[in-house]
Parts: sequence; structure tokens; C-alpha cells
Amino acid sequence: MAITLSGDQALPGPPLSSRLTPAQVWGIVLIAPYLLVFLAFVVYPVCYGLWLARAPSNYVALYNDPIFARAAVNTLIFLVIGINIKMLIALFLSGFFAVQRPWIRWLSVIFILPWAVPSIPTILSVRFMLNPEWGMVNHLIFSFTGDDGPNWLNDPTVALTMAIAVHIWKSLPFWTLILMTGRLAIAQDLFEAAEVDGASWWQKFRFITWPSMQTLYITCTLLSMIWTLGDFNSVYLLTGGGPADLTHVLSTLGIRYLRLDQLSLAMASIVCAIPFVLPLMYFMMKRLSR
Amino acid sequence: MKLPSLRDVATEARLLLIGIPVFIWTMIPIYHMFLFAISPKEDAFSGKLWPDHPTLHNFEIVFKQQHYFLRDFYVQFWNSLVIAASVGVLTLFIATAAAFSISRLKVPGGRVVMNLALFTYFIPAAFLAVPMYRTMGNYGLLNNHWALILAMVTIASPYAIWVLKQASDKLPVELDEAAVMDGATTLQIFRLVYLPLMMPSLVAIGTYAVLLAWNEYLYAFLLLSNDREITLPVALGNFLAADDSPWELLMTTGFIYALPPAAIYYAFRRYMVGGLTAGAVKS
Repeated sequence: MAITLSGDQALPGPPLSSRLTPAQVWGIVLIAPYLLVFLAFVVYPVCYGLWLARAPSNYVALYNDPIFARAAVNTLIFLVIGINIKMLIALFLSGFFAVQRPWIRWLSVIFILPWAVPSIPTILSVRFMLNPEWGMVNHLIFSFTGDDGPNWLNDPTVALTMAIAVHIWKSLPFWTLILMTGRLAIAQDLFEAAEVDGASWWQKFRFITWPSMQTLYITCTLLSMIWTLGDFNSVYLLTGGGPADLTHVLSTLGIRYLRLDQLSLAMASIVCAIPFVLPLMYFMMKRLSR
Repeated sequence: MKLPSLRDVATEARLLLIGIPVFIWTMIPIYHMFLFAISPKEDAFSGKLWPDHPTLHNFEIVFKQQHYFLRDFYVQFWNSLVIAASVGVLTLFIATAAAFSISRLKVPGGRVVMNLALFTYFIPAAFLAVPMYRTMGNYGLLNNHWALILAMVTIASPYAIWVLKQASDKLPVELDEAAVMDGATTLQIFRLVYLPLMMPSLVAIGTYAVLLAWNEYLYAFLLLSNDREITLPVALGNFLAADDSPWELLMTTGFIYALPPAAIYYAFRRYMVGGLTAGAVKS
């Protein structure tokens, strides 16, 4: 996608300034700051990063690093299982929050909090809650059952599950809100007509709600995939990638290589996600720039 | 008053059956943070749901900087504040100028720029962080507040341009034409016609950019490291480095740090929800 200026460079025409109206000159001046930011902090880093990751030896090294394979699998689990659970809950809750009750309105105001407050103190709070010796969760388990609770963050499977739970905790409100907007846009008389015909709630969902929300739901799921790939906090702040580097996802792995001063490996691990991310980005751009 | 029918009661009960777990799920980590903030150390570590001796002593320690980790609390708070405000102002400036240029002045190539912005919006943030770190090093900006400010402006602008352009397109073109007939220059149209009409969207976008920068951890932690240059979230992360982290102070500082965004969010909720949902998915 090149920006082609009108006129041919080879032919000496009248100077550019005389062919542009003052409004167009202002247009170029006003768009310039963003273009500068884009060139300096998106184009340059991305090209430089790709250049750093160009050597095939990087990919051999990644292939031989068991932590990378594990991170790739974890990322897939996060994307396939985590996001689908999150979006299904969001779809369900969007129906709950669409019900008109004063107390549900109040609850929806509180429900937004995880999204509005910063990640670091809340995720660290969860981290302490899950502490096997002093955490609130195991204290509660002990007081109810008399048994010690699990060592939540010491088993990679449990720790990854908890990271997914934290991710859901943080981003569920946003998606619920979006899906609720979609639900409220459905014409109410459709439901009233279905009610008269004696439709069950499932039939109403199956034949009215779902068909009108399908596209929105799929778009949200795909967008959530892109953003989840960029979610560093849920894993890093809860498990730090541990135990034994078994809960890394691609985003924390890249930063891990970076901290180990292996910049080209860091870039290469991200490049591995490109074949997956680019189609998603292409689809989203097509969908949004209509 | 008529009595609720059995069916109404059943519906309400079903709703509560969803509402109560949702409330608990939402509040637990936040309540736990608050609980630590008002607990002396021994109560905090006892796993109780309410401390035996609730106290504000932790807040006093934080505000008087009476702990090794809190030496630079005010400096770090100030850093967070300055960086968030700068990101808000710069993002608003860049995005408003770009949206005005694309939507009202129909600058050649405007569509391409919109697509570039959209492309940036879809780059996963943690992926861009790796090359961004090196880039800031190349520019000699590491450990300088400008590194974080410019990085956050890069991340906030695409969405800002996207939302502002959509809002601009809704303003009738006749306004601009009328102003031109009256002999207004482009800048006068921008200042006197465009900006006042765009105010609600500008508030939403400004708030969005400020919150994004205030809450940011990853970029802050990569780009800043000097104790007197870092922002509050990085300082909170550094608490973890110690073997016996003062968790009650960590949570107290975290609670103080989380209050401004929550307050700002609720103050501007009306603008935020409309603005954000409109831009995110364009339903």
C-alpha cells in the first residue's frame, strides 16, 4: 500500500504547493504527526525486529528449546479453551445484564471494576490468595474440609488454569458490555411475538438472539484472540512463567528471551505467531474498514 | 400493592442465583487487596475474611514513606501522573489533528492512513514491546520518560483516530461549508466549529489514553528502570523481588494506585462506554 502523490516525478510540473489548495496543505500538516509516530514507532521497530529475526539458526534454536514448544501449546490452550469459555460466559451474562432491574443495574456498575482498575495490584492480590500456606483460598478450604488445599501455582496445569481464570476475570466485563449492546439492539417485538407463540427461552435464543448476534460474537471472539496474544500481565504477574518455565505463553516468552539478552530469539518467537496473527488481522481490518 | 406471583419469585430467585456468584467473582481480588490494606501483618497472613484489628497504619507507612520499598513513593506517583497526563494530551493532539485531516479536509491518502492505524491497533501489545524496547534503545530514550510516553501514544493513537474519525464523519458537512462562506480559514474551522462539536468524543478519548498510560505495566517495566524514573506499577512489581515482600504494604500501595483510574472511570462512565463500544467492534 504505497501513497502515490498526484503527478509524475519525472516531468517537471508546477511546484507542488501551487497544485494544492490551502485546505489540502493543512490536511497534510495535520496528518503528519501521526505519520511520524507510525514511522518511528511502528514501521521502524517492526522492520528492525524482522531483520533481527532473519537468521534461520534462530528458528532451529527455538525448535530445540522445550520451553518454546510448551509456550506455543500454552498459547493455544489460552486461545482455544480460555477465549471460548470467556466468550460463552460473556454471551450468557450479556443476557443477564440486559434484564431490567434496579439491582442488576447496580451490579453492572460494580461488574466493570476488574476492567477499570489496573492489572498489577489485582493480579498480585490473586497471587497471594492462592499462596498455599497463607492464602485465603487454602485457609477457606482448610476450615471447611480440614484438608490442605492444592499448591495452586506449583503445578503447571493448575497454574495455567488460574492464569486463564485471571484473564477471564479481567476481560469478561468488556466483552459482556459489547455483547449486551448487541443484544439490546434486537427488536423487542420479535421476542413478544415469540412469547405469544409460546416459545421456550431456548427457542427464543436459538431463533432470535443467536442469529442476530452471530456476526458480532464471531468478530468479538477473533478480536479477543488478537488481544489475548498481547496479554502479558495475566501470566507474568500470576506465575512469572513458572513453575520451571512451564506456564509461559508467547508474549511472556518473548519478554523472557529479551531479559536474557537474546533479542533475536525474542523476535523469532514472535515471528512464529505471524502466520496465525496476519489472517486474523486481515479479517478484522476488512470487517472494520467497510 | 399486589403480592408478587410465584412465577415472579422464581424468576427473581433465578436471577439472584446468577447475580450473587457474579458479584463474589468480581469483588474477591479487589476485596482481598482492600483487606490487606487495612490489616496488620499478622492478620493479613492469617487468611481471615475480616481482620481482628482493622487499622489505617499501612496507609500511614505508605504516605510517610516509612519502608525501604517506599522511599520514592511520591516521585513514582508523580511520574505516573506526568506520564499519563502527557500521553492524554499528546494522543488527543495527534489523533484529533489526524481525524480532522482525514474526515473533514479529505486529505489525499487518508484512507491508507486509516488502514495503517487500524493495522497498528491489531498488533498484540506484548509483541510490539520486544522491538519497541530495542528501538527506544537505538533512539537513546531508554530510562527516559519520553520512551514510555511515545510508546503509549503509539498504542493509544490508532484507536483514538478510529473513534474520532467515526465521530467526525457524523458531523454535517454543511457546517464546514457555511464557515468557508463566512471566510473562515481552515484553522478557524478546526478551532471554532470542529473542536466544540467533538467535545464528548474528545473527553472519552482523553480519558481512555490517560487510563491506558496510568495502568500500563509491561512497557513501563521494560523502558524504565531507575528507581526515581519508574512509575508506580513498576515499583509494585519490584516489591516482589524481595524474599519477604511486605505484602500488606504492596497491597496498600496497589489500592492507592487503583483508586484514581476507578474514580476517573466512574466520573466519565457515560462517555467511556458509548465511545469505547462504538469503536471496538462497530456493531
